[in-house]
Amino acid sequence: MTDHELIWRIAGGSGDGIASTSQNFAKALMRAGLHVFTHRHYPSRIRGGHTYTEVRVSADPVKSRGDGYNFLLALGDSFARNPSEGAYYGNEEIKPLSENLDELNEGGVIVYDSGLLDASEIEDFDERVEENNWHVYDIDLRTIAREHGREVMRNTAGVAVTCAIADIEPDVIKSLMSDAMPDKILEPNLTVFDDAYEMVQEEYDVEAPDVSAPTGEHDEEQVLLSGSDAIAYGAIDEGCRFIAGYPMTPWTEVFTIMTQNLPELGGISEQVEDEIAAAALAIGASHAGVKAMSGSSGGGFSLMSEPLGLAEITETPLVLVEAMRAGPSTGMPTKPEQSDLEHVLYTSQGDSHRIVFAPGTAAEAYYQTRKAFQIAYEYQIPSIVLYDQKLGGELSNVPASVFDEEPNADLGSVLTEAELEDAPHDDSGKYQRFQHDTENGVSPRSLPGQKGGRYLATGNEHMPAGHISESPENRVAQMNRRMQKVDNIRAELDADGEFNTVHGDEDADLGLITFGSQQGTVEEAADVLNEKGHSVKVLGVSEMMPFPKQQVADFLDSVDEALVVEMTASAQFRGLISKELGGYGDQMSSLLKYNGNPFEPADIVEGFETALLEGEELPDNRTKFVPKVGE
Amino acid sequence: MSAFSAIGEETEQDQNEFTPGLEPQPTWCPGCGDFGVLKALKGAAAELGLSPDEMMVTTGIGCSGKLNSYFNSYGFHTIHGRSLPIARAAKLANPGLTVVAAGGDGDGYGIGGNHFMHTARENHDITYIVFNNEIFGLTKGQTSPTSPMGHKSKTQPHGSAKTPLRPLSMSLNAGASYVARTAAVNPNQAKDIIVEAIQHDGFSHVDFLTQCPTWNKDARQYVPYIDINDSDDYEFDNTNRSEASEMMFETENALHEGTVLTGRYYVDEDRPSYQQEKQRIGEMPEEPLAERYFDDSYEWERTFDNFLDKHK
Repeated sequence: MTDHELIWRIAGGSGDGIASTSQNFAKALMRAGLHVFTHRHYPSRIRGGHTYTEVRVSADPVKSRGDGYNFLLALGDSFARNPSEGAYYGNEEIKPLSENLDELNEGGVIVYDSGLLDASEIEDFDERVEENNWHVYDIDLRTIAREHGREVMRNTAGVAVTCAIADIEPDVIKSLMSDAMPDKILEPNLTVFDDAYEMVQEEYDVEAPDVSAPTGEHDEEQVLLSGSDAIAYGAIDEGCRFIAGYPMTPWTEVFTIMTQNLPELGGISEQVEDEIAAAALAIGASHAGVKAMSGSSGGGFSLMSEPLGLAEITETPLVLVEAMRAGPSTGMPTKPEQSDLEHVLYTSQGDSHRIVFAPGTAAEAYYQTRKAFQIAYEYQIPSIVLYDQKLGGELSNVPASVFDEEPNADLGSVLTEAELEDAPHDDSGKYQRFQHDTENGVSPRSLPGQKGGRYLATGNEHMPAGHISESPENRVAQMNRRMQKVDNIRAELDADGEFNTVHGDEDADLGLITFGSQQGTVEEAADVLNEKGHSVKVLGVSEMMPFPKQQVADFLDSVDEALVVEMTASAQFRGLISKELGGYGDQMSSLLKYNGNPFEPADIVEGFETALLEGEELPDNRTKFVPKVGE
Repeated sequence: MSAFSAIGEETEQDQNEFTPGLEPQPTWCPGCGDFGVLKALKGAAAELGLSPDEMMVTTGIGCSGKLNSYFNSYGFHTIHGRSLPIARAAKLANPGLTVVAAGGDGDGYGIGGNHFMHTARENHDITYIVFNNEIFGLTKGQTSPTSPMGHKSKTQPHGSAKTPLRPLSMSLNAGASYVARTAAVNPNQAKDIIVEAIQHDGFSHVDFLTQCPTWNKDARQYVPYIDINDSDDYEFDNTNRSEASEMMFETENALHEGTVLTGRYYVDEDRPSYQQEKQRIGEMPEEPLAERYFDDSYEWERTFDNFLDKHK
């Protein structure tokens, strides 16, 4: 964290409006010309349970959560569970305050709602405050809220107090409230805001802390959105007008965004009985000539394994998204992890193939979702966008111009009725939709209802018109042709060269390698390490399959050794690199994190310096270092 | 102009149009009831004046899954139990298609039972033919969801302890708006029922008794059969839900006592199809979505114009 940053954490209970308050706060500061990045922590509960959102605010671009934070707004938990002594989950009422002290930086600010929280319930609270030079504001936010509106408006009172202490111009927040709130609740909220703001100015020393929001200016118009938004918008701009799904955290966000937007685009969303049906519906719609998608998280994606293979062998274009969360099984539903990597790369029987992208940022999520559609429809193969609870849920400012792109509704390799007239047919009049020899491995398809296009699609191995066949010659020809498509896709991605990212000095001695959503955090860690005198560069891989072997090998060849950073417990990504490159095991160590929280830049700096360079044990079990082969 | 000119085209088809002109010819065993389904479907398609290019036949896995190998139309031979979700999406994507799904009793009432229940509930405008031979045939004679209690097989050596599933009752309760049972040994009724099922606007379920002479030798050949709509012994109103329900219950019991009852059990012409309901609430376009991708004049919406404001 740098001096000119505000990292504001609003904590409370699930169902108390923490997410929407933090979103408004982030958007207001973005409008004021600042860069923002959010990090969400929430339980798998509807009401009650400690939740927080962090909003990192900087004058410079930010691409990760920060290291710790410097401003806590602790609100009550309206629906806290039984706080009796010895309760299994502890006293929940106090958690918005007690759970957030460990990560609060020295000199930080604590604002807590003394109407609902009693700091004396926290052991050694005063000692810790003194030791860390924290500035504490105990304010009865609930009463302020009650006086002018409803109790839930304590969020607004807390934001007002934040503005007073962190030097944020009240109009920045109030104008956003005016846009975001319906008239009925706007007036009381504005009154609550003014009252709390004035009260804290008059009765408290708001100048004491050295914590304030920076000021800044954007070069161009910005939008605040999440990875889930970006994935949905990428799909829409590729002409996707059909989605089928079943709710599961955190994939539900993409499903919801699509479902809410598709009706006005004349599209169709289907919430169905299970994920087997969801994937099968996407296949059915795509087969019939509509650009379609489905998706899920780990457990639901397991159910999609069999339809995934069907899409591959029938060469039906299919786009799936997979939002990872901590497993195995139900695991930790609201916590991010990257441990579905191997699941997504390899699930489904036989020599099955698919395309997998793992975007690192919201902008990458948009572009890579678009590319996933383009490849799926051009090459008639399943494409998967692999992301996680972190990328899906975090908000950041992105230039609006990222989305200033032409739509593309091209169905890819499909014949028209006129083209079908000249296409090869068998003696029954069936179109030979799966021809052995084609230029790039792709045999163009027809669509049901087209005159002269009928054929059989089947999950069995099949002859050119689709009929089931176990002929060895046909088998080898079809298998080779389908695999040839993957080689051609790899060549196309190599030619594009735009999806994996390299950050840092080309001549650096040491490398950090990561994939997907950890990219921004790893890049920030590298910047810190380079400032400290190390020589580090970063490779962020997004093309997971087919794997960019040459690019990764070149990167490894250019450094002495590399630390592979991933949110798995078993170093799956490092395993993938070793498998794909057939070596480099003595050059790669791993830094793993699987405790439910995403990496902070400081975790990586520590792992790099302490474990990789010094060879010492890490001080606690937040992260895990796995040395390279032979050590 | 439609990009799918086979749809709605005026045609006069001979039922032979639906027979592939060369291999593959059916590989079902001699005497198999599946031939009866194929014949009835060909006859129905010809009678309705459908063309092979406007029909899509989806199937599951098993002997029944070969139906679309031997029927000359667009076909999708899917995976075990999943013919329905693929069929209903194709229908939503291009509602002009005539969509028929088919599979066996294990496929539709066992592994795909969840899809059967929900497709019926939603009343998709498709026809579902279940080849019910009360056995798993292609995997060589295991007990299936409709096998009678006490049925012995390699996987149930002491006889099944399970009561058989009631396909007609299940269909009615789930929400199907046309429910019939026919039998391979009753070709004229079978063809007529499939014609009605395809014409019906909504989910039509045909439980089609298909004898398996190889693995279910003990079972009846489903003769003699009784058409409950013609017989004076069975008086009921098949538009009345509770009377239909009683008749179905009696029919399911009678089968295992040696009496084969067939006919139209439930017909609800008033219930809107799923497509109609979805269009009514504004969540499905009036024009077939599949046509839009061929419409050069269509201005495709984009995020930049439609959705960014709320993020600013």
